[in-house]
Amino acid sequence: MTTPPAIEVKNLTVGYEDLNAVRGVSFTLPAGGRMGLVGESGSGKSMTALALMGLLPAGWQAHGEVLHDGVNLVSQSDRVLSSRRGRTISMVFQDPMSSLNPVRRVGDQIADVIHRHNGVGRREAMRQAVDLMVQMNLPRPEQLARSYPHQISGGQKQRIMIAMALACYPQLIIADEPTTALDVTVQKQVLRLLNAATRERNSALLMITHDLPVIAAMCDTVAVMYAGRIVEYGPVQDVFRNPRHHYTRGLLDSQPTMDNIALDGSSRLVSIPGMVPPLQRLPSGCAFNPRCPAATEKCRTEMPELAPNGAACWHPVGAVQVVEA
Amino acid sequence: MPVYIARKLAFFLLAVLVASIAIFLLIRGAGGNVAAVILGKDATAEAINALAQQYGLDRPLFVQYFDWIGNLLQGDLGRSFRTNEPVTDLVVSRLSISIPLCVSGLILGLVIAIPAGTYSALNSDKPLGAVIALLSQVGIAVPVFWAGILLSLLFGVRLGWLPTGGWTNWDVSLWGAVRSLVLPVISLGLILGASLTRYVRSAVLDVMNQDYVRTARATGMTRMQALLQVGLRNAALPIATVVGLQIAELIGGTVIIETVFSLPGLSRMILANVAAREVIVVQSTVMLIIIFVMFINLIVDLLYGVLDPRVRLAR
Repeated sequence: MTTPPAIEVKNLTVGYEDLNAVRGVSFTLPAGGRMGLVGESGSGKSMTALALMGLLPAGWQAHGEVLHDGVNLVSQSDRVLSSRRGRTISMVFQDPMSSLNPVRRVGDQIADVIHRHNGVGRREAMRQAVDLMVQMNLPRPEQLARSYPHQISGGQKQRIMIAMALACYPQLIIADEPTTALDVTVQKQVLRLLNAATRERNSALLMITHDLPVIAAMCDTVAVMYAGRIVEYGPVQDVFRNPRHHYTRGLLDSQPTMDNIALDGSSRLVSIPGMVPPLQRLPSGCAFNPRCPAATEKCRTEMPELAPNGAACWHPVGAVQVVEA
Repeated sequence: MPVYIARKLAFFLLAVLVASIAIFLLIRGAGGNVAAVILGKDATAEAINALAQQYGLDRPLFVQYFDWIGNLLQGDLGRSFRTNEPVTDLVVSRLSISIPLCVSGLILGLVIAIPAGTYSALNSDKPLGAVIALLSQVGIAVPVFWAGILLSLLFGVRLGWLPTGGWTNWDVSLWGAVRSLVLPVISLGLILGASLTRYVRSAVLDVMNQDYVRTARATGMTRMQALLQVGLRNAALPIATVVGLQIAELIGGTVIIETVFSLPGLSRMILANVAAREVIVVQSTVMLIIIFVMFINLIVDLLYGVLDPRVRLAR
């Protein structure tokens, strides 16, 4: 018998009234697998993550299937979901500054999770919490455990958040831009820690970011989202070396590298023309067509599905030249 | 924490000192010749001088001030000019009405506001949530005396369940005293509760949208647990501040309510003594009330330190 996947998402739609931020997303993340989810702000990445956790803001609704550990999370009650959150599926959020309870000591906040899910006593939970803090490379863990969030640094807070997320050896960890709020010098350390700690526990990782090199370094597969849909999906190496969707191509081209940032101002940094369409005014057909260099009449009328080549595009990169030849 | 307590305590003492000087100057300084005021406009100059001498009113103001404040610190609030009764005796029996009225009104206000405000914050889309928000608005608009009169009409006159006014002293009948206080306390509590409901509602709304509540739920708390264990604990900070500010208003409300329900409380005593030009009585009792308000605010400040580590641990 094969190990069931960490999560299997089928045709997930997330919306507020009749506006859908996520429109029919499907993917499978195998046990211990690592997937990156990229896209611009407003592409539906974070809403997808919150739907998996069952933590959508008031008024938002998810439809479709999110299969995890034998249940469809979309149809479960808050009570059932809460017994899983932090135990089999957990999440690291973007802003560690505001994500910890300001009136509770950080050691207690980690211990609370262990105490809640593992049924151990408070003293034992606290011992395990300090242990976790050691694993998170936090300095003077015994003393730090007695600190309040306002007394420790942003990087330390995010390590505490990661410790809380990992405390119960979850099958899946969702990290939603876990380092955007941190200093550049701290970002790499935190990512390295997240990478190593999830691998040690064989937890699957869903990494949400717009930092493509991070995905390249940490993930096996990548899904590119645009306007609520996955427009390209595949192994990281394939997608990044040989993008098939014009949007992915644009994203890759607009990444700054030492080569394409010219200090004399004659920057060769490319940007994708136009901007992400608002949900109220999504273009018909392929949502990317107004910004796409290869768009044709077909792109404006018919919505492409994800093809076997991994891209949802009528005229994938590479194939265009074939047509023209 | 000791540093925090010491700082708050020092501030409290300083504020009391400043308030005492202000009260003294306002009543003595602004009133002209106190002896003349007491005796009225038909008094002879000799009578005025005699009275001034008798009570030491002819001494320099700062001597009188230190005399008053020194006695105050020893629990001697001075004596009534007319009856020569010690003010302390007058006040103690009044406080046995005013303090229970005030404290019970505050507790009732909180007992109403915390669940009502929390419910309406979490269920603003449901009919009951909207009804609570509406009632709270109405309650803020209704003057406390009108609430008192309506309640007295309904429960006192129409239904006859409770006295419409008057006072049965504690030592005469415990039950009677409680019965006399029920309607006044409800009037105060309802009106205070209405305005507190709005603050509780906005505090809970704000807190429940914070990232740390989402974290609490992401690590396995149900919505209800996150509310009770994380949300209300954090919402307690702004609520404590508002309660401290509302104390002064509550005292204002008791003046009115004691009048509406003919309760011989401290506030009515002050009003009567203002009319009777009992300068010392007014001065000392107003000072007592100010100390009481400041003391409650000191308690709120200290509570704030207990509730919020950021305040407690700040230098």
